[in-house]
Amino acid sequence: MLRFTIHRILHVIPTLIAISIISFFIIQLPPGDFLTTQIASLEAQGESLDPAQLEALRVRYGIGEPFWVQYWKWISNIVLHGDFGLSFQYQRPVGGLISERLGLTVLLGLTTLVLTWAIALPAGVISAIRQHSAADYTISVLGFVALAVPNFLAALALAYIGFRFFGQSVGGLFSPEYVNAPWSLDRVLDLFGHLWIPVVVIALAGTAGIIRTTRANMLDELHKPYVTTARAKGLPEGRIIRKYPLRIALNPFVSTAGWNIPQIFDGEVIVATVLALGTTGPLLLGALRSQDMYLAGGIILIVAVLTVVGTFISDLLLAAVDPRVRFGKA
Amino acid sequence: MVQPQLPQATPDDEAGTTADLATETGRSSRDVASASQRRLIWWRFRKHRLAMVGLVLLVAMYVVAAFAGFFAPFSTTTYSGEHAYHPPQVPRFSLQEGLFVHPTTGHTDPETLAPVFTPDESEHVHLRFFVHGDSYRLLGLVETDIHLFGPSEPGERWYPLGADRTGADLLSKIIYGSQISLSIGLVGVAISLLLGLLLGGISGYFGGTVDAVLQRVIELFMSIPTLPLWLGLAASVPPQWGPVPTYLMITVILSLLGWTSLARVIRGRLLQIRDEDYVLAATLDGVPTTRIIFRHMVPAFTSHIIATVSLAVPAMILSETALSFLGLGLRSPAVSWGVLLQDAQNVNVIATAPWLLLPGVAVVLAVVAFNFVGDGLRDSADPYGKRST
Repeated sequence: MLRFTIHRILHVIPTLIAISIISFFIIQLPPGDFLTTQIASLEAQGESLDPAQLEALRVRYGIGEPFWVQYWKWISNIVLHGDFGLSFQYQRPVGGLISERLGLTVLLGLTTLVLTWAIALPAGVISAIRQHSAADYTISVLGFVALAVPNFLAALALAYIGFRFFGQSVGGLFSPEYVNAPWSLDRVLDLFGHLWIPVVVIALAGTAGIIRTTRANMLDELHKPYVTTARAKGLPEGRIIRKYPLRIALNPFVSTAGWNIPQIFDGEVIVATVLALGTTGPLLLGALRSQDMYLAGGIILIVAVLTVVGTFISDLLLAAVDPRVRFGKA
Repeated sequence: MVQPQLPQATPDDEAGTTADLATETGRSSRDVASASQRRLIWWRFRKHRLAMVGLVLLVAMYVVAAFAGFFAPFSTTTYSGEHAYHPPQVPRFSLQEGLFVHPTTGHTDPETLAPVFTPDESEHVHLRFFVHGDSYRLLGLVETDIHLFGPSEPGERWYPLGADRTGADLLSKIIYGSQISLSIGLVGVAISLLLGLLLGGISGYFGGTVDAVLQRVIELFMSIPTLPLWLGLAASVPPQWGPVPTYLMITVILSLLGWTSLARVIRGRLLQIRDEDYVLAATLDGVPTTRIIFRHMVPAFTSHIIATVSLAVPAMILSETALSFLGLGLRSPAVSWGVLLQDAQNVNVIATAPWLLLPGVAVVLAVVAFNFVGDGLRDSADPYGKRST
């Protein structure tokens, strides 16, 4: 197990380096930079900037230097000092801006993951043990539809329902009276009252794939001789399912948990934008639009790192659950 | 109560499978034994009812998209400002007038500021087949002004699915939008497939170090959330570009990140087929490598590739819709389903004009149809294999 862990850690490091380079490359791509965008908008308002002041800003932000110099400045500050740079738009450190919102993003992500599993696992198992039944077909069709509805559409529809029939305030994660209130039980309840829409929307899109995997795995296992043996011994059917095939069919849950994280984040960006939630998604979208490159790069980097770490943890869990993985046999 | 299931016998011998196929497709075993692979796949596909429904739906959608000008009652550029957010008009029927709707005049309610439309009961807009209307070029070639169905007098307005913010007919826009939305998936997947075939093929055929490096690269791509990457790349497309270059750029961006899963599937299949007995037999007979690849290996996995591709198209359609919806994909005056949905950005607009969500229904229909077809193809791709459902 230790060997496997070390081996995996050695794999993670080059991945992280590559991801940081890609993140930085992406935010460098748009033509022009934040300063030119700013100057253009100032000139559109009839103002002009002093060239000396402009030059000072250029030096301060390191704009105009070669790619690798800028990248090195950026990444070494992050790794050595935990300094993600300054957001041009907000004139505040990027680290602070992100950490304010990251908590809610993680909360949203974890709740979504739990709900996805809570729906997908029973659904997959039921459609496998009752293959070709009405329940099986219903689950399959619903899964297809959930996969096909763009998540912003689902968010809009649910928000409309919440607004029309439950009189909920639309947008945001808190009712107006709780936005700036200190944490209390009422505020937490209010949060969960608003959280269900984004969670349901993002979770539904993710369930379809997992249901299909679970179903296929269960079907493979259900016809194996050990199940027949257990049945011949007279074990109750429910116990057979729980004790044997289900355990093996659970493996993909552990191993795909890491792959689910990017998908959840993708859903979060769109749904949070539609519902105006205070998470990192809308912040990223705004940053990309105004070419606030350190803010955008910081968010992409953090999310990608979280994903890699998540995948790493799920690989370790899988190795712990299934010894075949540890020895490279499966 | 859970019914215990008996383990099913899975015959491996040729005769058994042929008999299975015969009962499954309802044909004599002699037919099955002499039918070509393509025919077997088609027989099995036809048995998949949902897939057939999906196929019919898709063919219909692509026909409508190809002849958009003919099927749409109006062009995308004609609008009537006073009919902004006009609700859908259901045609009525009477023996004297045939199919008709009443023309309406719009004004804003002074108290609620909501648009109000009052129909003029004395006037009739007659709806007929094959009417003259806005001119368009059929398939980009033939200049004509014949429309399948619409108001009999050119210049009259009719809103079968309501009007958008500018007072243009939403149905016409959805039909024209399908041209971009339905083709972007195909073009994008074609580029992804090219990349996937090349890299997956190299990876699977050579194996060893090349394979290991390519697999690491693929894993790297798969571990990054795609949407921020798309957003970042799409933000770099200059806004002043015309619709056609933007369209091409967005397609390239979508496929640059979409090839990874295709490459994995192709590599997996290649590795599997490389070890088959008939490939070994061909090698021992001294068949040249290129002939082995194209004559013996490629036909064995084309059906799987087609199935995978048809499952990749809907993902691309959804991505284009999401990007355009967020304002980073295509921009108007280009008309795609995602661009149309930009109008439905917030709940207040939807509360006054719920029909603005209809382009979303078109997206869902197209994606479900593609998924059904892809699923059916995946099941029938290997006619001698066990049925996976």
